[in-house]
Amino acid sequence: MTDAVSSPGSVVAATDVDAHMIHLLREMMRIRRFEERCVELYSRTAIRGFLHLAIGEEACAVGVMEALTPDDAVVATYREHGHALARGLSMRATMAELEGKVEGCSRGRGGSMHLFDASTRFYGGNAIVAGGLPLAVGLALADHLQGRRRVTACFFGDGAVAEGEFHESMNLASLWHLPVLFCCENNLYAMGTALKFTESETDLSLKASSYRIPSWEVDGMDVLAVEGAARQAAEAVRGGGGPHFLEMRTYRFRAHSMYDPDRYRDKGEVEGWKEHDPIPALAAQLSERGAIADGDLERMESEIDDEVQDAVTFADAGTFEPIEDLERFVTSEHSSGATP
Amino acid sequence: MSTITYREAVRQGIRDALVRDERVFVMGEDIGHYGGCYAVTLGMLEEFGAQRIRDTPLSESAFVGAGIGAALGGMRPIVEIMTVNFSLLALDQIMNNAATLLYMSGGQFNVPLVIRMATGAGRQVAAQHSHSLEGWYAHIPGLRILAPATVEDARGMLWPALNDPDPVLIFEHAMLYNVEGELSDDPVPVDISTAAIRRAGSDVTIIAYGGTVRTALAAAEQLASEGISAEVIDLRCLRPLDTPTIFASVARTHRALVVDEGWRSGGLSAEVSARITEEAFYDLDAPVARVCGAEVPMPYAKHLEDEAIPQVQDVIAAVRQMVA
Repeated sequence: MTDAVSSPGSVVAATDVDAHMIHLLREMMRIRRFEERCVELYSRTAIRGFLHLAIGEEACAVGVMEALTPDDAVVATYREHGHALARGLSMRATMAELEGKVEGCSRGRGGSMHLFDASTRFYGGNAIVAGGLPLAVGLALADHLQGRRRVTACFFGDGAVAEGEFHESMNLASLWHLPVLFCCENNLYAMGTALKFTESETDLSLKASSYRIPSWEVDGMDVLAVEGAARQAAEAVRGGGGPHFLEMRTYRFRAHSMYDPDRYRDKGEVEGWKEHDPIPALAAQLSERGAIADGDLERMESEIDDEVQDAVTFADAGTFEPIEDLERFVTSEHSSGATP
Repeated sequence: MSTITYREAVRQGIRDALVRDERVFVMGEDIGHYGGCYAVTLGMLEEFGAQRIRDTPLSESAFVGAGIGAALGGMRPIVEIMTVNFSLLALDQIMNNAATLLYMSGGQFNVPLVIRMATGAGRQVAAQHSHSLEGWYAHIPGLRILAPATVEDARGMLWPALNDPDPVLIFEHAMLYNVEGELSDDPVPVDISTAAIRRAGSDVTIIAYGGTVRTALAAAEQLASEGISAEVIDLRCLRPLDTPTIFASVARTHRALVVDEGWRSGGLSAEVSARITEEAFYDLDAPVARVCGAEVPMPYAKHLEDEAIPQVQDVIAAVRQMVA
């Protein structure tokens, strides 16, 4: 995770609060710009397969990650570029993964949906809806059994709430009082089907409450609100308070994936949510506080452009894993291939 | 040497592991207060406590997934699934997480997890508790599949399985739990990668595993009295298959019969048969033959259930035909 004070940048903040807000803004902008470049790379076929963008949802990933320490664990979904970058995965390795290069964070084995990084305890990148929840419960169980005061943050969408694995995991985590922070990114659509067409009870935090898990609803388009709630929840989890549940009300501005014609949403609805874009909202706050002046945003954008360009250059220059290594890592036995 | 049951041998293996390594814990349905639905873990809750002997809700997907997560988090979980048909409720976790995480993560995340479950028919518990689906699991790259057929393997396979950095599934045939065998009092290390020749012979190789090893041995005994010398191979490890042992035997006997309680179509017997045909064809004096479970959901009535699973007489009849 990038530290607010030491993060590179030209904007000089007046106070620690300003500096922190600028850090949050920068993190959201990094994710946004990264994903915008992903679209371009997809068009020129450097990225293939499924590509799920979280444009509009950046505040969720950035806000929650602020509440975590390097010892904590993160389990994410298939829409996880933002989680990965906010968690501190190298942008170069992330982009190289999307391009299928061996320099990628999963050696090109995973792609967009399966980003992994042991050094930041980032356990994927799970593309089975709700499939990551039992895993997160188990990581928390390991911490519980070994007496470690760590938090496992588990991201999932509103669609996951309909899966049996969601309910089994809520029950188990609560029954065993395990340190899991359940982070539900409710963007109102399970792929192309609205929540109201799939859930008999659309108040998702009620479901968590029914398992005796303390739950919060928070504006997922407001990074400060997300961070505040996440910090409160994470501290409760870390302090032995058992699992907690955060429902972040958010919205994706783009289609579900690059294949999605987006027929199921009213254009007006999308435009309406864009007025709550978390990035300009925070920039406006900073401007009102006098924390950023004319030209500061542009300078940040330009710095981020450079960072993303550097990642693309790195990924483009990357190499493809030799086909002799196809079976490497199927099992550990096969792990000692030629490449280090 | 002592005479002990297969159940007791499995229990000793689990107990030894719990004593030897504090990272080991057991979880599953009814393993604690009830004592295990096959009484394998009876008394362990009292001995090791509720942190290490964990009764779970009836949530196969969650507790198998939690086993995967706990393994990622540095523990060495033994997850018990009550019976093979119930494991289908956890198939997502076994296939999409346990078997794939190492590969998907480019070698970063091992899953040192052991899942044990009962398999097989013979107790008149019908079509949702009796199947032999280990062949399905043996289809999945990334898993090691074990089928202990003897008390020695029932006790000894668990420790090396726990020390395997990758997920291992152990299938215990339900009809074996009460079977007795001779076992040395000091555990002898066993491997979890080779097949074993349980009876040497020269006329035909009978390839079996798990519950069908006893069937094959009983058939070989009777065949000997007819002057037919049958070699019996216990596969022990269904994935990866120890094909060198199979091929070497076939090179000596020139005939191969696969006995599998699982279904014939697309099953483990088909795989073994295909491997022999592909790589040992010119050693064969007769086509590879199979005795498999009937292609039906397991029936309840005793006479029908018996008919649906390989019996000693079925194996004898198949061998007679091959050597005729």
